[in-house]
Amino acid sequence: MDVLAALMDGFFIAFEPLNLGLVIFGCMAGLFIGAMPGLGSVNGVAILLPMTFLVPPTSAIIFLAALYYGAMYGGAISSIMLGIPGASTAVATTFDGRPMALKGMADKALVGAAAASFVGGTISIILFTAFAPPLADVALAFGPPEEFALMMLAFATFIGLGGDDIPKTFFSIFIGLVMSSVGLDIISGNPRLIFMDLPGFYHGINFLVLAIGIYGIGEMLWTVEQAKGDVIVTKVTVTVRGIIEALKDLRKTKKVMFMGSILGFFVGILPAAGATPGSLMAYGVARTMSKDPDSFGKGNIEGVVAPEAANNAASTGSMLPMLTLGIPGSPTTAILLGGMVIWGLEPGPMLFIEHKEFVWGLIASLYAANFFALAINIAFVPAFMMVLKMPFTILAPIIFILCIVGGFAPTQDMHDVWLMLVFGVMGYLMRKLDYPLAPMVLAIVLGPLAEASVRQSLMMSHGSFATFFERPISGTIMLIAIGLFAWPIFSTVRKRFRSGAYGAEG
Amino acid sequence: MRLITKAATVGFASLLALSVSATSFSSDAAAAWKPQKPVEFVIMAGKGGGADRLARFIQGIIKKHGFASLPFVPINKGGGSGAEALRYVRDKAGDPHVIMATLNSYYTTPLRNPGLGVDISKFTPIARMAEDTFQLWVSSDTKIMNVEQYVAAVKKAGMANWKMGGTGKGAEDSLVTAMLEKTYGFQVTYIPFKGGGTVAKQLIGKHINSTVNNPSEQMGFFQAGKSRPLATFTPNRLKVFPNVPTFRELGHDLVYFMQRSVVAPPGISKDAQAYYVGVFEKVYQSKEWQTYLTKKGLLPGWLTGDKLTSYFVKEREAHRKLLASMGEIK
Repeated sequence: MDVLAALMDGFFIAFEPLNLGLVIFGCMAGLFIGAMPGLGSVNGVAILLPMTFLVPPTSAIIFLAALYYGAMYGGAISSIMLGIPGASTAVATTFDGRPMALKGMADKALVGAAAASFVGGTISIILFTAFAPPLADVALAFGPPEEFALMMLAFATFIGLGGDDIPKTFFSIFIGLVMSSVGLDIISGNPRLIFMDLPGFYHGINFLVLAIGIYGIGEMLWTVEQAKGDVIVTKVTVTVRGIIEALKDLRKTKKVMFMGSILGFFVGILPAAGATPGSLMAYGVARTMSKDPDSFGKGNIEGVVAPEAANNAASTGSMLPMLTLGIPGSPTTAILLGGMVIWGLEPGPMLFIEHKEFVWGLIASLYAANFFALAINIAFVPAFMMVLKMPFTILAPIIFILCIVGGFAPTQDMHDVWLMLVFGVMGYLMRKLDYPLAPMVLAIVLGPLAEASVRQSLMMSHGSFATFFERPISGTIMLIAIGLFAWPIFSTVRKRFRSGAYGAEG
Repeated sequence: MRLITKAATVGFASLLALSVSATSFSSDAAAAWKPQKPVEFVIMAGKGGGADRLARFIQGIIKKHGFASLPFVPINKGGGSGAEALRYVRDKAGDPHVIMATLNSYYTTPLRNPGLGVDISKFTPIARMAEDTFQLWVSSDTKIMNVEQYVAAVKKAGMANWKMGGTGKGAEDSLVTAMLEKTYGFQVTYIPFKGGGTVAKQLIGKHINSTVNNPSEQMGFFQAGKSRPLATFTPNRLKVFPNVPTFRELGHDLVYFMQRSVVAPPGISKDAQAYYVGVFEKVYQSKEWQTYLTKKGLLPGWLTGDKLTSYFVKEREAHRKLLASMGEIK
């Protein structure tokens, strides 16, 4: 009951005119920042953080949280419309969002992404409201072995089930893993795989550079070959009825939406993970759950809904360790944390006791931000659709420029732009040769996390792999992961056996 | 997308205008040199770490009070334990629009990578803003109340069963751990994590047995009664922890600091140097900075000019010895 009373107080704070205005402005700004390739919530929050000194701390965090949220919605837009991931958290959305747009179902994809973001955000705020303190203990219970088990589970969802050629999937994962180990070894601090001794490789291969390269540039090259300068999609009428239809259609995806939300939230509350791995894992699980995994990557709405629900859920989730433990769950919350210090607030276990009005004002404004982000997003769908009316001869240079800007913006280093172009050609070739790209992207995101956690675990256990199975949480997750890894072998054997049996009959 | 781009550009432009107008009322008639464009504020670490948070905090104070006529823009160059940042600032020799926030990797990284070609004594010193402190921490669920019991517990558990968490190998935490091992004659298993905040969390989650966190990293957990400091690596007790003894009181001369300073590239003009010293002096004297220092257990340590350079050189030599004794360098 206390919680509800506190939440009501929070709503009074959130609906003060200044705060409400900031929520709406934050959502708008976030939407555009998220939609710009290369600029994600991290950049948005970092750029606008100093602006918040003009208002009281509670209003400031409300604005930044709305911005964070808006960016999560916005990231999907360029992923779907242009095939360029708007932010690292929206990479998984390109997998199916872009094919949907090319099939003339861009409105469905956009509405699906917005609705899923809303559901993901709402479910996770409810979980947050009800269970924040006990969930903080869950975050604490995750040590290195548990983190590694979770990474294995993520890899397993990408290999275990699905129609892709399994050797090619493995190849793609291994390429990704090799690239993820470029740069400084986090344990020993020694440089590894510094190609040609280029200093730019010291900070590793930025995941967003790879994603923009293979999806943005690679996709563009591919389309140039296919479209030969024509308007790619001719059917771009948007009607209110169409949007309502699209919303109705989404009822079929409610299971996936729910799964993505819960998964995203739990991955989000674990420090170290954050929204990007959460959304990729949700995509993998959605495909695993699907009756028709072959349709993923070719424009299945579930492939858009799952990662979008997850990335919004994770963005709320990652505020939990920030507020309760003082540890950011994502790069964006790390910057928010910096802001809180300037406002004189001490994040950590005491925050909920000493600055109640701040915490509950923030939580209440997340409910509001979620609602406004959805409304604004849907209202803009027709405007976004205009993009597809452009002939590709005009669109291609725009995509190209946005990719260059997107490659340059995060690190402001030309090295990354060149690297992105190389990845673009590589992505195009891999596509042509029918190698799956998603596992590579997953590997480069999870590789460093998996490597650090497996090495830390083995140092703690002095080399014994039993540590992953002895601990209850990691043991359970590991067994599920192994089950998923083994599934294709099992199903192949079963298929052979069956076809053999039929053969004998005939 | 054209629409979006345009709207975003307009948005940014207006925000920029707003931020400029917010700071433009600061007047600095006395200073002979003033930045002509936004200043690059290079951070030797990645986004979100302790060094990054501190640098952004400083940037926030500058912005809030309008201490500078043009914005200071933080840029993270954390690659190679700051090697990327050091190399970048070295290559910017003579450029007065670049400054860098440093930590102790300012000494250790050039020592570990001689190929980098960075000599920190050539950099232009601006100011030392503080010295961050270290403490030995255990979870408050243990029965260990003091260093004596701690040493006994570590020796009883043996190297295999006592896990000390810290930041990367060769970084500050591992140096402090090596000092402890040498002084008390025990050995621990050192587990490196990505940042001090993660280390603190691992201790509270009981995945490791002890840490040598900065007070700021454990403060939240300490206030919630989840962790316990046993002793401090400073000459005198910290004001925020009046009941926690120093190692010196316990008979061992274990003192180690993390310097938090600001430097500029080699060869910038005296006027430019004076300008930055002026800006950071205002930051140093601000209420926010002083409150932060006291609350988070940092020691004030204002130092500028040649004194700061000789301090850097002295510390570099001390670290050379430390690293050599650990076998990290020859």
